[in-house]
Amino acid sequence: MKTKITWCLAIISIMILSACSDSETLKGDTEVQPAVQASTVNYQQKVNQDVKRFREFFASKFPNIELEEFVNGAYAIDAATREQWLEIEEFPPYEIPVEEGQEFFEAPFANGKTYADCFENGGIGIRQNFPYFDEKTNQVITLELAINQCREANGEQPLDYGQGELASISAYMANESRDNVFDIKVNSEAAYKAYMAGKQFFYSKRGQLNFACADCHLKISGSLLRADILSPAIGHPTGMPVYRSNWGELGTIGHRYRECNKNVRAEPLDYQSESYRNLEFYQTVMSNGLVVNGPSSRK
Amino acid sequence: MKGTRILLSSLLVTVIAAFSSITLAQESGLSAELAQGKAIAFDRRKGNCLACHYIQGGALMGTTGPGLVAMKQRFPDRQRLITQVTDARLNNKNTIMPPFGAHGI
Ligand code: HEC
Ligand code: HEC
Repeated sequence: MKTKITWCLAIISIMILSACSDSETLKGDTEVQPAVQASTVNYQQKVNQDVKRFREFFASKFPNIELEEFVNGAYAIDAATREQWLEIEEFPPYEIPVEEGQEFFEAPFANGKTYADCFENGGIGIRQNFPYFDEKTNQVITLELAINQCREANGEQPLDYGQGELASISAYMANESRDNVFDIKVNSEAAYKAYMAGKQFFYSKRGQLNFACADCHLKISGSLLRADILSPAIGHPTGMPVYRSNWGELGTIGHRYRECNKNVRAEPLDYQSESYRNLEFYQTVMSNGLVVNGPSSRK
Repeated sequence: MKGTRILLSSLLVTVIAAFSSITLAQESGLSAELAQGKAIAFDRRKGNCLACHYIQGGALMGTTGPGLVAMKQRFPDRQRLITQVTDARLNNKNTIMPPFGAHGI
């Protein structure tokens, strides 16, 4: 009886798998299977498998692009706009925000302490360690959340998450971490759950226009949507925060997530909502092995 | 709902007629409906078909979907075309084309 059921399940899953397209199979599991013997499950290994398949997908979609290039978004894959972008990067529009970010970063709080007191290594060269899963509070901590937690711990008001002062501080911290390699860990069942929630979000259709992140940034990445070349999802968080000329200022990754949600006529979530933090966690894990190159500029 | 139906029918006329080699003048009887369909197809807040499709006369067109040309020849089955626009998922379950009718877009 038991073997019969197992066989049925096996056949059904083969049927489902073979009916799926490339990007569908890439999606794989999005449900966390309850761990029977929690201690024996190697979550990092499971996640590394995902990272490998994700890379292989983009490597076969863009066979002439080196892995390291994917930190440059759409400019990694489009020679025409890349030229203009390289020119912009000679006098980058984020230079002033980075300088301001440094001033904000170094200015003492009312109690005399500074941001440096909140972070490892005085906050210098640590961008690649974010977001991380905090086992004590059971949640994903992004750099922006940590900046505001630092303020609140020192009796200061939190800053707005999307643009402005916080984005500038984040830009300064990224700039001080350039070329450091992302290696985000997923070492526990709780961390894996957060990762899987992010993955689920990435592949879920939403909004009146019925798009998943994966539709635009995986399946059809590289094609034109109106006048925009859709960037591949691999490397998405590395260049954050990003200066977009149509924003006219720097914006955090949360700002970008909200804009992409609005574009498909979905209700954008709150900045630093659990879902967005899990999404950023997932996206950054998918970019493990790439370097910090933020802040960056986009047309 | 009724509004959507009207939008869809004029859209279809446009898709079928305007994108085959028939000129507007030849289809004078339909031209009002055609113009309406075209307006919807090109309007970013409505069809925004240009986001993904090449359509004769459009600008800043995407390359995500196939060019909409010679539709009459390629879609002898009109129902399949209607389905494509009302709910493309019924023609291809993994499609990324928005379900315009089903989601009342
Ligand atoms: C309808 C298409 C569409 C969907 C769906 C979509 N995006 Fe985007 N996204 C864009 C466009 C267009 C841009 C700007 C061009 C570019 O850089 O890719 C963009 C840019 C981005 C960027 C910035 C890339 C860079 O190099 O600066 C990130 C990160 C991003 N999207 C993440 C997401 C995530 C996560 C989701 C799902 C919540 C999502 N997007 C859903 C269209 C989309
Ligand atoms: C976000 C992208 C997108 C948008 C917007 C879009 N389509 Fe499509 N369309 C596609 C894709 C992709 C296909 C290819 C078949 C498939 O995957 O469903 C397609 C196929 C079609 C086809 C069948 C063509 C063929 O040769 O098979 C028609 C007709 C069509 N679309 C009409 C429209 C109309 C009319 C609109 C606007 C009201 C529209 N589409 C908006 C992506 C889009």
